[in-house]
Amino acid sequence: MTELTKAEIYTQPNSRGYFGDYGGKFVPEILIPVVQELEEEYQKAQNDPGFLKEYHALLDEYVGRPTKLTYADKLTEHYGKAKIYLKREDLCHTGAHKINNAIGQILLARRMGKTRIIAETGAGQHGVATATACAKFGMECVVYMGAEDMERQKLNVDRMRLLGAEVRGVHSGSKTLKDATNEAIRDWVTNVEDTFYIIGSVVGPHPYPMMVRNFHQVIGKEAKDQLMQAEGRLPDYLLACVGGGSNAMGLFYPFINDESVKIIGIEAAGYGVESGKTAATITKGTPGILHGSLSYLLHDDNGQIELAHSISAGLDYPGIGPEHSYLHDSGRVSYHSVTDDEAMEAVKLISRLEGIIPALETAHAFAWLENLMPQTKEGEIVIVNLSGRGDKDMGTISENL
Amino acid sequence: MNRISQKFKDKGSEKLMSLFITAGFPDLESTVELILGFEEQGADLIELGMPFSDPLADGPTIQYSSDVAIANGITIDRIFEMVTQLRERSNIPVILMGYMNPVLKYGINSFCSKAKEAGVDGLILPDLPVEESELVEKYSSKHDLPLIYLVAPNTSDERMKMADEKSDGFVYCVSVTGVTGARDGGEVSRSVSTFIERVRTNVTKNPVLIGFGIKTHEDAKRIASNADGFIVGSALIDTIRKTYPDENWKQDVYSFVHSLKTGN
Repeated sequence: MTELTKAEIYTQPNSRGYFGDYGGKFVPEILIPVVQELEEEYQKAQNDPGFLKEYHALLDEYVGRPTKLTYADKLTEHYGKAKIYLKREDLCHTGAHKINNAIGQILLARRMGKTRIIAETGAGQHGVATATACAKFGMECVVYMGAEDMERQKLNVDRMRLLGAEVRGVHSGSKTLKDATNEAIRDWVTNVEDTFYIIGSVVGPHPYPMMVRNFHQVIGKEAKDQLMQAEGRLPDYLLACVGGGSNAMGLFYPFINDESVKIIGIEAAGYGVESGKTAATITKGTPGILHGSLSYLLHDDNGQIELAHSISAGLDYPGIGPEHSYLHDSGRVSYHSVTDDEAMEAVKLISRLEGIIPALETAHAFAWLENLMPQTKEGEIVIVNLSGRGDKDMGTISENL
Repeated sequence: MNRISQKFKDKGSEKLMSLFITAGFPDLESTVELILGFEEQGADLIELGMPFSDPLADGPTIQYSSDVAIANGITIDRIFEMVTQLRERSNIPVILMGYMNPVLKYGINSFCSKAKEAGVDGLILPDLPVEESELVEKYSSKHDLPLIYLVAPNTSDERMKMADEKSDGFVYCVSVTGVTGARDGGEVSRSVSTFIERVRTNVTKNPVLIGFGIKTHEDAKRIASNADGFIVGSALIDTIRKTYPDENWKQDVYSFVHSLKTGN
């Protein structure tokens, strides 16, 4: 394992798409030409001022960036220790950070002459973001979603359909995000000619984990500038929830070389990490290969993927982005987990104290404040990534109140 | 000479028939007997599928057989036992085919060593492209277990050459872009002849077998006309699924294999 030393500038991934030992492109031969073409086109786009200008203009005018960095005075007072700031990705158009990436990838799809977009979705936030981008750009859109997730995120299913997307229910396996991803990949393999797969997290074969991270790094860059303006310094802690890990990478990435910043990722423990019903991949998993990359994974002794469980559909995934695996092994980011019940308590607390109903995914990050805040000192600063709003979860929340 | 190359040599210009069956499907007890029965009906090679919970290059048929086999309790050790048993009674070449994760979890070195010891003749890992091959090759070459790579209609000439270079036994041609599964014959044959021509130009070291979408003798004749043989998987699994566990299900399955081989 490589340890990140002070002098080292973070340059992950390498040219083969590896973050340390993790990543790569473990996909069928049919997809190799496709991901290679994507990699080339993405490199060109990254250096094309016209592409970047259009992307940033859309983030500004359509997504509503920059999102605010809100000082959570009542939450700060509640714990009576470090100051807590919230990076308000819930204020993005469509209600979560996912749109940053969907806009970036649809611009690439158009550039590559693709006319049909597919996506997988768990909580529905990435599906909604993709359907939104497709509506805006006039592209055909098919979203794969686990049948169980369609049930618990019905509002988002209706939103996607209203936006003109076709939502295809997936009934195999656990009927959640993992199975939706399998089905999206099968569609991709079958329709490589005209179809672009907009992956919604920092997972999948190279270059997706790098590309999705880069499209979300605007979160961390803005937060850094905004805190510099408000407080004149860097934060002491960053806190974000991690399923596949896109909102977390977006916030963390611009701070990785800032050694004084302690970075924490929170996984979904479900009923508890030892319960057998969990989605805490780093805490409970071991390295394996799923959906095109090598990373920590929940699987049994025979290498069969285990069914994850979380109250939050967006974290209900047995894998995690390869960069998180690397950041865990290197020690740069520490990963912990909170249970369904702890997340529910956090939803109530944040709603009551700050007048913000967070998504169930986001609530996992907030729940860790119970452990983190007593260790902090007055004068320190914590930034929590408020990755999405909780309206979509009202069904689940109501059942658990 | 290994069993695969020996088989191609023995057969000369005759087209080889390779059959895919999921290990442990429809039950754990039948796998070895089915393979022996297939051989009797003219199968030349066996691709033995190692089931994975998330077979993302496979259509519904092989997803189904994989789920059944996993529920039956199939494991990699059990598959090695099956091959060991088979080797007491047959010399038919056996190629294990499956996804990376179960192999990685088993331990690649130990997997290659035990596979070889059991009498396995080759390994196909559809989610191991040549770019990532080193991960496995450092162990498979140590234990003299050949790897077989796939080429698809959108594979470049350069990559076909790489697949040929790295494969030992044959090169697996995927006839269409898509997942595994029986298709309407016309769908496959439309573009396949130009593809095979291109494969022939670039793959010079190994024979080529073509698979994906072949479900009858006529399909095989048409699609594999310029290949060294053909592979049938989903159509065979579908036949098993339809007949199992009727009283004479194995006979029905063997009749299907017979018809694949002979057209009768």
